[in-house]
Amino acid sequence: MKQSIALGKLTKFMGSGFLGTLKSIFTGKIEKEDFKNFLRKVMVPIASILIFIGLWHMGAKSLYTIEANYKIEKALSEQGQQAADAMKACIASGDVSCQPNTLPSPAQVWASYKTLLQDHYAIRANKKAFKEKTATINAERLAEGKNPITYTGRPSFVDQILTSLKTVFAGFLLAFIIAVPIGIVIGLSKTLRSSANWLIQIFKPVSPVVWLLLVFMIVKTLTKDSQSDSAFIISFISVGLCAMWPTLVNTAMGVASVDKDYINVAKVLKLGTFKKVYQVILPSSLPLIFTGLRITLSVSWMVLIAIELLAQSPGLGSFVWEEFQNGAIDSNSKIIVAMFVIGGIGFLLDRMMLTIQNMVSFNKNDGV
Amino acid sequence: MAYLELNNLSKTYGQGNSATEVLSNINLSIEEGEFVAIVGFTGSGKTTLVNLVNGLLQPTKGEVLFKGQAVVGTSHERGVIFQNYSLLPWLTVGQNVYMAVKESFPKEKKSTLNKIVSKYVEMVNLTPALNKRPAELSGGMRQRVAVARALAMKPEMIVMDEPLGALDALTRGNLQDEILNIWEKEKCTALLITNDVDEGIYMADRIIPLRPGPNATLGPEFKINIDRPRDKTGLNDNPDFKRTRNAVIEYLMDIGNQRKSESEKEYELPDLSPKNFVGHFK
Repeated sequence: MKQSIALGKLTKFMGSGFLGTLKSIFTGKIEKEDFKNFLRKVMVPIASILIFIGLWHMGAKSLYTIEANYKIEKALSEQGQQAADAMKACIASGDVSCQPNTLPSPAQVWASYKTLLQDHYAIRANKKAFKEKTATINAERLAEGKNPITYTGRPSFVDQILTSLKTVFAGFLLAFIIAVPIGIVIGLSKTLRSSANWLIQIFKPVSPVVWLLLVFMIVKTLTKDSQSDSAFIISFISVGLCAMWPTLVNTAMGVASVDKDYINVAKVLKLGTFKKVYQVILPSSLPLIFTGLRITLSVSWMVLIAIELLAQSPGLGSFVWEEFQNGAIDSNSKIIVAMFVIGGIGFLLDRMMLTIQNMVSFNKNDGV
Repeated sequence: MAYLELNNLSKTYGQGNSATEVLSNINLSIEEGEFVAIVGFTGSGKTTLVNLVNGLLQPTKGEVLFKGQAVVGTSHERGVIFQNYSLLPWLTVGQNVYMAVKESFPKEKKSTLNKIVSKYVEMVNLTPALNKRPAELSGGMRQRVAVARALAMKPEMIVMDEPLGALDALTRGNLQDEILNIWEKEKCTALLITNDVDEGIYMADRIIPLRPGPNATLGPEFKINIDRPRDKTGLNDNPDFKRTRNAVIEYLMDIGNQRKSESEKEYELPDLSPKNFVGHFK
């Protein structure tokens, strides 16, 4: 029973009704209508996924052939028939040294995913061992007033994901702290709205890269003497600044367009300004504010990758960039793994915000 | 001195050439404890009139005097029931009423305020719905909450802007009785704006038609000398009721016809006759 409630909640969270149908299959309560739903909600998505993977596989294969043929022809024209034959044999044998560098196939990506996971377990074990090894020394150092020795090894893929999430939440929080109060103030006053409008319109379309450079100029100077992690600071501030605009605009719009009936109620009850904002204007603009926050979170996640990539801040963005620079045989497939992880996490973040948004929303016509 | 006085009241929207005078030269005085109804067509400026009385709007010319003082803004002394209920959808029934009570008696303790809330919610028979949100209520129940909210502030006068306009006939009749009961119990002055002549006559001591706007103004008043409590079913046979009703309706219809005839221009139409297409489609 408890399980089925949890499943129901999860279904609602996923918002697709996919699990609900699965549930009805397991509980054996399947009828004709259910079966149609099952086809539409389970079989069709699965089929489309399979088609996608099939197309990807064929595409990757043909790209591989083009690349391989090019390599063989190049060997033929530059070094002669013998070299070309050697190259052909080498490619056919699957030797790492001569593999064509192109779009990886689904199987390669899956293999890379497993490699990355194993790598993560290995690094985690390393860390644990390091901690145990340094435990006594660190205790001594701490007693002497020295800084403890920390693990400085390579971060695993999962560590990168966590760092990215940390950055994105810090940026999102910054956007929230800046945009919501300013949005409210701007929304309340027509004068302020028109005075801030040009600023919003000009800064809103500025690219993440430019924000990063701007933040870099400022933060570089401000953190000259400090030991803090300026790459992290730069990237989360840039993320926040890039992503705050939808929230700012939506909050201002929500506050400015509160139903006149509610304002009349506030007037008739003679609510003070503070109470009017807190008890009438804010609650009634919450749905719009949350719509803005939802867009902000997805924009944060989207620009984060680009910003990490440029700011050399650890995370998924720099992972992708390093793999691209690295050019190892499985680099391309690791990049694709990162792509799916980024997409999946973005989807989950969006669902999370949607759930919160549905919780705070009310039907606009409910009170009327 | 009358309790509420409207002296030569005019309200103009817009400025310059686009200015339209919605209300002009309105004169009305209401005595304490009286129940006055104003009837008029939709769009005749009824809501503007209500908003002038409750202080949401300021008159362009003339003045609104409440107990001898000019009305400059809203006041807790004049409770308002809006046409579209205007409940806050994110608050429950109890919270909606509580918010009003809290504002009107800021110094009272929470327990006292809660008592007032439950008293008035009980009065409109909504105690079972105390913790429900407006979305879960029917139209009639929502309007009852609005009534409870307005009355819980213990206003000296209650201004109603077509409070029952959006309800079905049966609910409407019930709520009319409920409002009348409460009005008699609370002994406040009441101004009812409505588009239903029967409702006005059933509820009020005086009924005054509003000539439709622009330049809306009040027509002659009709006193209703039917004893309270009035019997709704017997009312139809009451000669007083019939007479007043016919007089009000006739007055309003007359104005309507006048306006219609004013706008009836004659257009000369070109002399056209359909072409004969029979031969074309063979």
